[in-house]
Amino acid sequence: MRPRLATIAWLWVLPAFVLLGVFLVYPVVNTIYLSFFSGRGASVFVGLDNYRYLFTHPETLVVFRNNLLWLVLFTGASVGLGLILAVLSNQVRYEAVAKAIIFVPMAVSFTAAAVIWRFMYIYRPGQFEQTGVLNAAMVALGFDPVPWITNTAVNNYALIAAGIWMWTGFALVVISAGLKGIPAEVLEAARVDGANEVQIFWRVILPMLRSVMLVVAVTLTINSLKVFDLVYVMTFGNYQTDVLANRMFKEMFTFGNFGRASAVAVVLLLAIIPLMALNIRRFRREQ
Amino acid sequence: MRHVSRGPLHIAIIIICLLWMLPSVGLFVSSLRPRDVIATTGWWTAFTTPFEFTLTNYEQVVSAQGMGQSFINSLIISVPVTVFVVIVAAFAAYAFSWMDLPGGDTIFLIVVGLIVVPIQLTLIPVLRMFASSGLTGTFPAVWLAHTAYGLPFAVFLLRNFFIALPKDLLESAFLEGASHRRVFFRIVMPLSVPSLAALGIFQFLWVWNDLLVALVYLGGSRSVAPMTVTVSNLVSSFGSEWHLLTAAAFVSMLLPLAIFFALQRYFVEGILAGAVKG
Repeated sequence: MRPRLATIAWLWVLPAFVLLGVFLVYPVVNTIYLSFFSGRGASVFVGLDNYRYLFTHPETLVVFRNNLLWLVLFTGASVGLGLILAVLSNQVRYEAVAKAIIFVPMAVSFTAAAVIWRFMYIYRPGQFEQTGVLNAAMVALGFDPVPWITNTAVNNYALIAAGIWMWTGFALVVISAGLKGIPAEVLEAARVDGANEVQIFWRVILPMLRSVMLVVAVTLTINSLKVFDLVYVMTFGNYQTDVLANRMFKEMFTFGNFGRASAVAVVLLLAIIPLMALNIRRFRREQ
Repeated sequence: MRHVSRGPLHIAIIIICLLWMLPSVGLFVSSLRPRDVIATTGWWTAFTTPFEFTLTNYEQVVSAQGMGQSFINSLIISVPVTVFVVIVAAFAAYAFSWMDLPGGDTIFLIVVGLIVVPIQLTLIPVLRMFASSGLTGTFPAVWLAHTAYGLPFAVFLLRNFFIALPKDLLESAFLEGASHRRVFFRIVMPLSVPSLAALGIFQFLWVWNDLLVALVYLGGSRSVAPMTVTVSNLVSSFGSEWHLLTAAAFVSMLLPLAIFFALQRYFVEGILAGAVKG
């Protein structure tokens, strides 16, 4: 009986396996292979040349710097803001409304968000009336308007801010759910013992939220490494705002260099593998 | 913070919420203003006299700029993918949770790992496959690719839901001689409607909001481009024609916003199940 049962079980997973094999597993292996080749069709074996280029060329070094900025600032700010907002909104009666407002941007596309933020960042030379919210505010406060998108000193932060606007809601919702999971007795006991609210936050709430915040941080870190649409639509990676995913797209379609594009993708995978391992380990522990 | 004055708390929350809404409100207000007014004044001046509002921008993007066709294309892409993903994932997830699958646990760990693999790693080989089979630029190409890309998360999510179903209920059904097919369709599926809905909403929005997959496998041709691609094309060809861009972006947001407000509970449920467990 057993072999037959097993065969039937395999039939149930077959469609999923075929799709995953053809469109995910095989292509990943193939991309790793292609990253050692060069030429228009990735036909000449060049060993590690593509990687050497990525890690030495000034233009691609900027890409790594930018992804690192995304990783630190996007993840840090979204988790931090999510935590603060979760704790604050937990204490008011209109919590659901407040959470929904912060959460709405999660539902729309990065493409739409990119338009929204390009609109926020509109810059017109000083003598004209500013039509973008941010520069109007700058002028109202007595500063000069700033070309947020093209000024290389600020533009990466401007793009990251758009990302934070989209994803803080995710951090908020997940952390807030974790917060509700803390038993009221625990907090009450701490209060009875004479702890003030600040102490309770640092000594009780924060430690108990650790694992939830780690989950959020891992998800956001992965997102920061994969970020594409926002950069593609807002700057196409120009003005030194390029990131790995957009660089790969450029290598593919603008330069037609499939070998180098594959190498960029592999670097992205290498960066994500530790996070993947973390996810798998946590999953096994939960079983 | 029962002993602290609550005034500042309310003010802080309300200010943050207003700031969060500001970008979207600005987009919406602008999309209703005439072109020459948008170009020279901030959208916040719309609330002072003379009031100047119009629907011309919407008429223009929907017909002349192809957002109408793109809306349909987005539906043609997203609806079948959502159905495929839910069905294929449900079968697989059931096998992983209630059938004797040799090595199933190990294979499932691989699926968990696949959730975070960037699709960038698949673009070149898959594009070549589509090119050699003549699928590039057609809907079946994105149906196949999107379905595959959505599966790891979907299988993971549904397996977590299925495995949490009451064990006694399923086991007594098996004892009475019910087949897997019967248990799946008569017990597991009906009990899982909320989870299937959560997954479906998630998957639908994910595909609806996707830019990269459509861009790579469909190209920019108007007859197949979904709204994200059309909006992105508008940005690169009319980067400062804000009367068009604001209206187009808002049209692309209509359905996601409607789904969000109507089905927020399922949406949040899906996020929590996916995030807390995975």
